[in-house]
Amino acid sequence: MPVPATQVPRNLDIDRLLSHHRLMWRIRAFEEAALQANTEKLVLGAIHPSIGQEAIAVGVCCNLNRDDILSSTHRGHGHTLAKGADATAMMRELLGREGGTSHGKGGSMHIADFEVGMLGANGVVAANIHITAGAAHAIRLRGENRVACSIFGDGAINRGPFLEGLNWAKVFELPALFVCEDNGFASTTRTAAMTGGPGPAARAEALGVPAVEVDGNDVMAVDEAAREAVAAIRAGGGPRFIVAKTYRLTGHTAADAAPYRPKDEVDEAWRHEPIARLAQVLADAGVKGAVLAGHERDAREEMDAVYADAKAAPWPPLSRGYEDVQDAGDPRQGAF
Amino acid sequence: MATMTYGEAGKQALAEEMRRDPLVWAVGEDLGRGGVFGQYKGLVEEFGPLRISDAPISEAAILGAAVGAAMTGTRPVVEMRFADFALCAVDELINQAAKARFMFGGQARVPLVVREPMGMWRSSAAQHSQSLEGWYTHIPGLVVVCPSTPADNKGLLKAAIRSDDPVVYFEHKNMWALEGEVPDGDVTVPFGVARTAREGRDLTIVSWSATVHAATKAAETLAGEGIEAEVIDLRTLWPWDREAVFASVAKTGRLMVAHEAVQVGGFGAEVAATVAEHCFKDLKAPVKRLGSPRVPIAYAPPLEDMLRVTPEKIAEAARAVVSES
Ligand SMILES: Cc1ncc(C[n+]2csc(CCOP(=O)(O)OP(=O)(O)O)c2C)c(N)n1
Ligand SMILES: [Mg+2]
Repeated sequence: MPVPATQVPRNLDIDRLLSHHRLMWRIRAFEEAALQANTEKLVLGAIHPSIGQEAIAVGVCCNLNRDDILSSTHRGHGHTLAKGADATAMMRELLGREGGTSHGKGGSMHIADFEVGMLGANGVVAANIHITAGAAHAIRLRGENRVACSIFGDGAINRGPFLEGLNWAKVFELPALFVCEDNGFASTTRTAAMTGGPGPAARAEALGVPAVEVDGNDVMAVDEAAREAVAAIRAGGGPRFIVAKTYRLTGHTAADAAPYRPKDEVDEAWRHEPIARLAQVLADAGVKGAVLAGHERDAREEMDAVYADAKAAPWPPLSRGYEDVQDAGDPRQGAF
Repeated sequence: MATMTYGEAGKQALAEEMRRDPLVWAVGEDLGRGGVFGQYKGLVEEFGPLRISDAPISEAAILGAAVGAAMTGTRPVVEMRFADFALCAVDELINQAAKARFMFGGQARVPLVVREPMGMWRSSAAQHSQSLEGWYTHIPGLVVVCPSTPADNKGLLKAAIRSDDPVVYFEHKNMWALEGEVPDGDVTVPFGVARTAREGRDLTIVSWSATVHAATKAAETLAGEGIEAEVIDLRTLWPWDREAVFASVAKTGRLMVAHEAVQVGGFGAEVAATVAEHCFKDLKAPVKRLGSPRVPIAYAPPLEDMLRVTPEKIAEAARAVVSES
């Protein structure tokens, strides 16, 4: 996979980049802890790691305010953390425990934190595109200056919601940012093999939604593209689309060894992984190695503690299974 | 009280709710010109195109965007045009709207009304005639409403718009022009409270939507023969008023359920099974279901009519139930 060299801007905002580095490490460490939990059979359903894609979560979400809306996919841990969700509650959710973001009723694929505007990961590919279009619609109806963002994969562009949702956002000129994480794969299939035409950006452009392509492993490039897009949206410019090229360094799920791709390809992709790339930029700018190593260490310590907390947390009481079904009717009717 | 049609009553309900709450809005194809059945006529003039919004022919986006808009603090009323077309948005309704509250642990509320004009109407054939209300009762999280009168179309639509959970709202196309007395002002009809359309001591006929009127006509015929049928209009299928049905069966000892939907797997089966489980000792005769045969709805009028649950068919089945004991 040809990966362009990191574009180093002349005036580096070192503090901003240090904060990106710290957050990318928190996401990486969270997911490594989640993979550990999976190995120990404490994660119950499927988890989809975003290892190698952290720059997109961080670069996009650092341009969103707390009251901006985000919706995500099955591969949503990074997005959720970057939007500001609490790692402890998230890990409890992955383990199906009380105190999880959804009281253990959603799990990894339904991670959500409405307090920080994160309207949920989604188990249905592309479904979050409509939800974001609708959130943007609500924002406009309420006359607010917020933005709704949805992040989805390259596989999602072959489902109807990509057409319907982007068209919707365009015809109503809604404050919506669509971000496609183009990691080359949809599950075990190379997305290009199942995608007609020149790809996501051209499809969006055909609907009148301005699109840009960025190196999704370069957090500075993603940050810059998202900054421009969000500024245009907030200025009333209607929806924008970003395609961020990246590579999925793990299997599709924690259980997928990904034998369908050559080891060389994966090794090569690891050489371009986003955290090391940013660390290099920071080192070149004079940041001490100890500072950068400290980010990794702090992140691992935090997530080790988060994992320990989740392991010790109780299961949700059975009564949770009947809560939040709906107001009308008795959900226990006909219960065992 | 004022006399108006079923369609006008629904329009009045929506207009009153939109005046009361600026966060209520409606979206669907052709709404700016009054909607395909005229049930939105005049509303865009009062509320403007942002709140009576046109939509692209994107049923999945209409419903999916409404889910996002409902989760972001507005109260969308979506128009699906025909219940049949809502099938283009099954994921959005079943996997998203109905699940969000539970699967996000109570963080999400989806105050959404999905209007689905249903039923057989003027040779509309297989893709514009279906009665699919029973499907939705199977989905935890959804409220299912089937009003049969103008008054209920006002009161139930108002209740649906005020519901914090998603409501699938079935209006029968054959009743748009049906006239009736409608209470003035802010009157809502609660979910899960059945209406006794006619009292009787010999047989309970449970029904909803347009079939209530067929059942009432059948009951009038039967009365001439000395059989007094009680007709219960469920009004809402989830929640449904089990107590009202149990009480009626305790009085009559006989139950029949009549609906336009295909009988196999229809909601009548749920009513029949529940009564069989709870009222066995009250029953003097086997429970009877009357629904459409399990065939697609045909275009040619004689073939379409063959599938209808008519007053004559209801009366005939009722006579058989009564004569069994
Ligand atoms: C509608 C739907 N079809 C199929 C699936 C199964 N599935 C889960 S993830 C996935 C691949 C998605 O690929 P992409 O959109 O590129 O996201 P990525 O996994 O690469 O992040 C598939 C097919 C699903 N969840 N939803
Ligand atoms: Mg992909």
